[in-house]
Amino acid sequence: MLENLFIDPTFQFVLFSAAKIAVVFGVVMTFVAYAVLVERKVSAFIQDRVGPNRTAPPLALKIPVIGRFLQRCGIFQPMADGLKFILKEDFTPAYVRTIYFWIAPAISVIPAFLTLAVIPFGSTLGKQRMVIADLNVGILYTLGIVSLGVYGIVLAGWASNSKYPFLGGIRSSAQMISYEIAMGMSVVSLFLIVGDLNLSKLIQWQADHGWLVLYQPVAFVIFLVSAFAETNRLPFDLPESETELVGGYHTEYSSMKFALFFLGEYANMIASSAMMVTLFFGGWSLPFLGKPADSLLGGLVHIGIFIAKMIVLMVVFIWVRWMLPRFRYDQLMDLGWRRFIPIALLNIVLTALGVALFNR
Amino acid sequence: MTKVVDRSPLNFYERTYLPALVEGFKVTARHFVRSVKGENTATDLGDGYYPEAPWRVAEGYRGAPYLVRDQEGSTKCVSCQLCEFICPPKAIKITPPGPEGGPADRPNAEKMPREFEINMLRCIFCGLCQEVCPEEAIFLQQHYSLSGLSREEMIYNKEKLLKLGGVHAGIQKWKHKLEEAKEQETFPVNVG
Repeated sequence: MLENLFIDPTFQFVLFSAAKIAVVFGVVMTFVAYAVLVERKVSAFIQDRVGPNRTAPPLALKIPVIGRFLQRCGIFQPMADGLKFILKEDFTPAYVRTIYFWIAPAISVIPAFLTLAVIPFGSTLGKQRMVIADLNVGILYTLGIVSLGVYGIVLAGWASNSKYPFLGGIRSSAQMISYEIAMGMSVVSLFLIVGDLNLSKLIQWQADHGWLVLYQPVAFVIFLVSAFAETNRLPFDLPESETELVGGYHTEYSSMKFALFFLGEYANMIASSAMMVTLFFGGWSLPFLGKPADSLLGGLVHIGIFIAKMIVLMVVFIWVRWMLPRFRYDQLMDLGWRRFIPIALLNIVLTALGVALFNR
Repeated sequence: MTKVVDRSPLNFYERTYLPALVEGFKVTARHFVRSVKGENTATDLGDGYYPEAPWRVAEGYRGAPYLVRDQEGSTKCVSCQLCEFICPPKAIKITPPGPEGGPADRPNAEKMPREFEINMLRCIFCGLCQEVCPEEAIFLQQHYSLSGLSREEMIYNKEKLLKLGGVHAGIQKWKHKLEEAKEQETFPVNVG
């Protein structure tokens, strides 16, 4: 009876999906922790200082050469950060609206991880497709889930019942809604060229015809800037502007709930980077490695290529944060509504004309 | 000689702010590469990181203010209280000697302060006391890290300030004025 269960294709599908979800979740959580470390080190080097270089668990320094080197790199710092978040006092002030205060971080984090479900992070490994859910409307799903992420921040700002989070929440709602439209429109032109909304087919098309960033540079720039706005990263970090609003929407949050916001922000960054890699930079394929892998090693190489490209884009996210000053609120709205939407619309029209003329 | 700054309106390419982005990338990349190679003057302390390796203090750094003695060991402060009046957070408190005189460690040092206190917790290290002192008696020296175990301990009195200040050789104008006064035939005050 049990053997029949293991041969049953539905059960196999559920089992392998659960395995993929667990692995992706684990890998992304690790990446989030180390993205924080990379941000601290890169920002320190850009600002002429050193980042974390002293954390070491008790016995690590005894290891001859590598222990000291790892300490200087700050590799153990995320472990210390994780411990701090677990052990810190989780404080709920008396004046907040308790229910919304408690669920706001969850609403902020969950969409960040949900967007990872449709991204193909490899071709195949053995017989398993390396994507958790190969939806035929992958990009629509992503845009919908990203819209849900707004609620978390707005709710946090509202529930905190205090002036700085309130301002942060209001600014965030305006900013994120404005740039969702530009983001959606910029992506439409890509699908006009490819003809299919399925993300795996998009990668296949790019493997055959070249990266889409070469065909649609304007769409790439608009999507990149909108991704910065959606993840609340500088130069669009009005909601959490540390010099103006103390902490913005996460001022009143401590320990684990703040950790969830923090995690959500970096998970959003990772999801946006992964999305950009898939849409514009060919996903897991390189110009000469475009066929879906037929061996275990090939599958792993494809996953490695995807991760490498994602890391490059994450470094760009981090780099730009320490490079540009913050947008003023009216400049931000001006950019989102009066510049990006017309340019994106023009891009769609021109692309449609091009496709109609050249694809006869 | 006036230098005219070019403020022509931005052309189309400059208005997309893409050239500014590229400049930004170049500047941050330059700083990053220099830091990775270890050529940064801010972090390059030679043999490790602060606090194991001491920090190199620049010339003219405004550290903690201390009172100085001149080359013969006499204190230079004459309790004019200018530094007390100009100090923005009012960290300096001076008790001038009364009409019956006060502590004098040499002839013609009639107005040395009876008590001179600087509260290091209020001091903002602005250097205005050093700028305003007419006797060159107070200087901001190179101590950048002050600590104590209580608030009272951080109020430095005259002895501590003189001890930490060291020697600053000067013009010794009061000594020369005393010698000039002694060489005159009549002088309104007894200079003995």
